[in-house]
Amino acid sequence: MIPWGAVPLLTCRDLRFSWPRTNATLTIRDFQVGQGERVFLCGPSGSGKSTLLGLIGGVLQPQGGELVVLEQSLSVLTPARRDRFRADFLGFIFQQFNLLPFLDPVENVMLGCAFSPLRKVRAMASGGTVRDEALRLLVALGLDARILERRGTGQLSVGQQQRVAAARALIGGPDLVLADEPTSALDAATRDGFLRLLLAECARHGAGLIFVSHDMALASQFDRVVALETSPSRQMEA
Amino acid sequence: MELVRLTWKSLRQRRAGASLTVFTIALSVFLLLGVERVRTDARQGFASTVAGTDLIVGARSGSVNLLLYSIFHVGEATNNITWKTYEQIAAMPDVAWTVPLSLGDSHRGFRVMGTSRNFFVHYRYGRGQPLDFDRGGPFDDLYDAVVGAEVARRLQYKIGDRIVLAHGLGGPASAMHADKPFRIVGVLAPTGTPVDATVAVSLEAIEAIHVDWRSGVRLPGVGGNAADARHLDLTPKAITACLVGLKSRLSAFAFQRAVNDYPEEPLLAILPGVALGELWHLIGTAENTLRIISAMVVVVGMMGMLTGLLSMLNERRREMAILRAVGASAGTVFALLVVESVVLTTAGAILGYLLLYAVLVLSHQYVLAHFGLSLDVAPALSEWGLLGAVMCLGLVAGCIPGWIAYRRSLVDGLQVRL
Repeated sequence: MIPWGAVPLLTCRDLRFSWPRTNATLTIRDFQVGQGERVFLCGPSGSGKSTLLGLIGGVLQPQGGELVVLEQSLSVLTPARRDRFRADFLGFIFQQFNLLPFLDPVENVMLGCAFSPLRKVRAMASGGTVRDEALRLLVALGLDARILERRGTGQLSVGQQQRVAAARALIGGPDLVLADEPTSALDAATRDGFLRLLLAECARHGAGLIFVSHDMALASQFDRVVALETSPSRQMEA
Repeated sequence: MELVRLTWKSLRQRRAGASLTVFTIALSVFLLLGVERVRTDARQGFASTVAGTDLIVGARSGSVNLLLYSIFHVGEATNNITWKTYEQIAAMPDVAWTVPLSLGDSHRGFRVMGTSRNFFVHYRYGRGQPLDFDRGGPFDDLYDAVVGAEVARRLQYKIGDRIVLAHGLGGPASAMHADKPFRIVGVLAPTGTPVDATVAVSLEAIEAIHVDWRSGVRLPGVGGNAADARHLDLTPKAITACLVGLKSRLSAFAFQRAVNDYPEEPLLAILPGVALGELWHLIGTAENTLRIISAMVVVVGMMGMLTGLLSMLNERRREMAILRAVGASAGTVFALLVVESVVLTTAGAILGYLLLYAVLVLSHQYVLAHFGLSLDVAPALSEWGLLGAVMCLGLVAGCIPGWIAYRRSLVDGLQVRL
């Protein structure tokens, strides 16, 4: 039941992942995300939300099942190709500590293109230079780029850091943005502003979004809510 | 290129720790290269104590022994060569020149060497440099003396000073040749050889101060007056050793055999290069110890860097996860740490080298004057090898944190663990 066009952005079928040295297994029967769809992914701690993001990012390898992103089955790719795939088509936002302290905020945004010539080309098509596009994104996310350029990354507030991280995830037009509890370190007012801008920018770039969070108050702003259940063998059906 | 840029920025962020690491490596490289430099130059200086002399002839003893007492002024000759024999050697057809040496007296701890003016013409050291006068010139008058650079420096002698020689090699109860004082007419420039610590006088002067001595005891009444001694026959009766220059080096072995088989008295002729090699072989274990110690210091420096890199690794886990998220491979994470280690080692090696260079330039004169060691400022080929070895060590050391970060980044996935 994907109302977002014939080809889904992401398809998981019977995906299995076991953590090393434990018996716990994450199993995902069927999970799809359409092009440009915004999915709210919730579930208790330890239910495997971050692991699922690692699988989609191609950093973790599933033991079985199928994982197709943009019509590309990740399990057939070599580790190097998966890294390249992640660089080209995915954007990540972590809970906190998203930025490299030794780069200034704008350089942190540009880092999103550092390992992908494709993203670089797309960013330049949109903004002229990668730097201009980074500045444009920062402004769109409500940050004054001129102030940022003169500030060290360490001097930014947590809310500002998360916006810089969002700009880095979005630069060069990725097809899917994966956000791992990006608002849990923010206060309510900052959180709402951040989410609004993030959703708007994803929509503008036509990027799909998987947003992991415990905060059910945010769920209403998404196209769909998916819950990961805890069970002896963690299972999930979309 | 991106990696080097990231490494550079990351290091700048941690510049206090990074510069300490660089400094540690620089000091160890400085020590390693410094020891190597001093070692090779000491060896070079040692080997070139006598240059241009084809053979040294003395009474029969061991070759190292003859070298030690004739050139290094260590120990005493077992026997002398008669003047007649010396004259016959000098008259041999292959011989181009000879320099007689007569040792046995001293002046305030420095050896006195009786010789001829030929010494200043034919004695060569280093890469064939002749002796140079800092001030004054060779002896002319019977009671003239020429002092080496160290003698002049330590005793603060200048031209015209009067000195008195002691009979024998010193010691508290030495008798003085106080009745026949000498005047300093020349001060030699530093050479880094035993010549620096020598007082040179003419053979006739040695004869003159001993005219009234028999078996180490002074007999009163016989030519005791300095002025009277001038009128005596001062042809030496014996000398300690002589330096020989040949017309052609090809005849060296034939000449050596002829001297060794000399029928009138037991003689020994040695090739200075061979004897120097034997002597260096004896004292060469010390240089290996030095090398081992300086290599250890480099290993300690590398350990310091490794400690720095490893302790920083936990703090940098976040940095690695971020790089992984934007598409860096686990191999890139590995490379990042190796590049960092190589950058630190390179910076340390360059700084250490510059440090050595600066110290050499600044201390060259001082070391030459005080220790008689001529340090070469230009880099030797073997030093590039050592620098290369240090760089390789840095590369290998970087692989350890690199490997740990590599393993970690595969297990961690994209979670930022702290």
